[in-house]
Amino acid sequence: MIAVFKHELRSYFHSLTAYVFGAFLLAFMGLGAMLYNIQAAYSNFEFVLSFGSLVMVVIVPILTMRVIAEERRQKTDQLLYSLPITTVEVILGKYLALLVLFLIPMAVISLYPLIFSLFGDVYLPTSYGSILAFYIMGAALIALGMFISSLTDNQGLAAGIGIAVILFNYYSVSLSEQVSSTALGSVIAMVVLILILGAIIRYVTKNENLAFWISIVLIAAVAAFFYVDTAAFEGLLPRIMSALSLFDRFTVIVNGVFDMTAIVYYLSIIVFFLFLSVQSLEKRRYN
Amino acid sequence: MITVEHLTKCYGDFTAVHDLSFEIEEGHVYGFLGPNGAGKSTTMNIMTGCLSATEGHVRIDGHDIFEEPKLAKKLIGYLPEQPPLYLSETPKEYLRFVGQAKGLRGSELEEQIEEVMELTRITDVQNRAISALSKGYKQRLGIAQALLGRPKVIILDEPTVGLDPIQIIEIRDLIRQLGRDHTVIFSSHILSEVQTICDQILIIAHGQLIAFDKPENLEKRLLSPNEITLAAEAPEEEVRDILSGVDRLTQAEFSKEEGYTAVRLKTDVQDIHAVSRALFLAFADRRVPLLEMSLKKANLEDIFIELTEQAPQEEPAGKEKEADEP
Repeated sequence: MIAVFKHELRSYFHSLTAYVFGAFLLAFMGLGAMLYNIQAAYSNFEFVLSFGSLVMVVIVPILTMRVIAEERRQKTDQLLYSLPITTVEVILGKYLALLVLFLIPMAVISLYPLIFSLFGDVYLPTSYGSILAFYIMGAALIALGMFISSLTDNQGLAAGIGIAVILFNYYSVSLSEQVSSTALGSVIAMVVLILILGAIIRYVTKNENLAFWISIVLIAAVAAFFYVDTAAFEGLLPRIMSALSLFDRFTVIVNGVFDMTAIVYYLSIIVFFLFLSVQSLEKRRYN
Repeated sequence: MITVEHLTKCYGDFTAVHDLSFEIEEGHVYGFLGPNGAGKSTTMNIMTGCLSATEGHVRIDGHDIFEEPKLAKKLIGYLPEQPPLYLSETPKEYLRFVGQAKGLRGSELEEQIEEVMELTRITDVQNRAISALSKGYKQRLGIAQALLGRPKVIILDEPTVGLDPIQIIEIRDLIRQLGRDHTVIFSSHILSEVQTICDQILIIAHGQLIAFDKPENLEKRLLSPNEITLAAEAPEEEVRDILSGVDRLTQAEFSKEEGYTAVRLKTDVQDIHAVSRALFLAFADRRVPLLEMSLKKANLEDIFIELTEQAPQEEPAGKEKEADEP
């Protein structure tokens, strides 16, 4: 694992990726700090982070796009499979390298509240609480990006899908207010989601029967629930959409409540996508 | 050393490897021979843990590659068909990563890196970008990578493909050299290559093992020379007449050349020299000079064509192959 970690970290500094990621994050945060803390003279650094979370939509997929896709394209994944290291070690090594890379600009950003506190009253606990939460949220997004990168051998595609997914997640709360909240609307949306899930299973496992039957069973379950308890489906879709939002939970923390459920949510997202990445890499051995 | 038992690999409906079993012993150079798409790479990928098997087992020194992958993989160095290189790095950085992943640290790591670079003769390019190296160097770097950690078995998938003749000779020499301290398994679809380097040949076609023997035994066993060509200084009728007195000739083709008659003969006698002796004496009796007489020796090419052509209709069940244990 240490070997993979070191190797990844070095290769990021060999290429432009690490610098582009750090530069964009710092530039955007700097812009935020100028707008909120200097021009508008707010003493809350949290607002800057909230503003800065938008840039994560673009820079996280750029950071993670090559992490596994490139191994596949260059066929170096064969080397990883033949070395005496496990897939879990490969994924963890790569993930830790990404976390360290993300930590570097965050360390710089951590100085801002201290600097501002020299010129006024900054409530440091919320500032640093938010910085920590921002880091963990970023870590969750990186785990998601890594999984997307493991699905394809095309970096561009990995970045595109990553941006689309994270952008959707970013706006899911505002979108959830627009979508139909009727029971039938929710059912239709659920069916569409199940079909997308089925397509992903089909793509990852190359097993048509499995994908088909999982979709059928889930759709049947939804239909049965709808028949039994129609009322439960009222407003279900908006509820799901806002529950899935990573950014919405961060807003709660920015507003001054260090919500432990949000942290637990982020950590479970991380574990979930790391697990999926391992599975996706492991699956390659089967087809 | 390596035991492969009833290995089967299916991709959907397509069976790439079908019920393959063989045993590799320590200290020899083995050649995997087969036409493209015969299942060589698939077999090697499974043996090195890069691919799962649908059925069957692979054991390296008693360690199952799927159940104890770490222990088993430590014993193997593998060069896949396309050398798995990180193009933006230098050979030294690359070898350092592979060495670390194989569990080497500190001075041991540096020592082994020097050693494998020396052996594969890439020391002079160690600090250049891999992307700028020639194909021969890349291939040698791929082999160097496989050698790190001093594995007992080196598996090379088509190591000479796409190289120029001089590079091919260099790689062959390297394989021969490796064969002194390691068990080497390499695949190829070039017969002469396997013939010159290997102690043992495994011929694979349609995902099945159709022969496993020493190169010379393969020739002896499968195609003992049964063809004689000769040139006699006499008209065709006279040659026909002489030949009619020789037993056990199954086929004769005549062609008239300037000043002599050329004949191609076939026989079903195992001891070809009995026939050539009889022919010589028959012609000598009639005082007809033989200008030329040669016994056609089979080469692997013939064996290969014969074996791979008869394979599909042979036995689809895949039982009872002509697999002689060495």
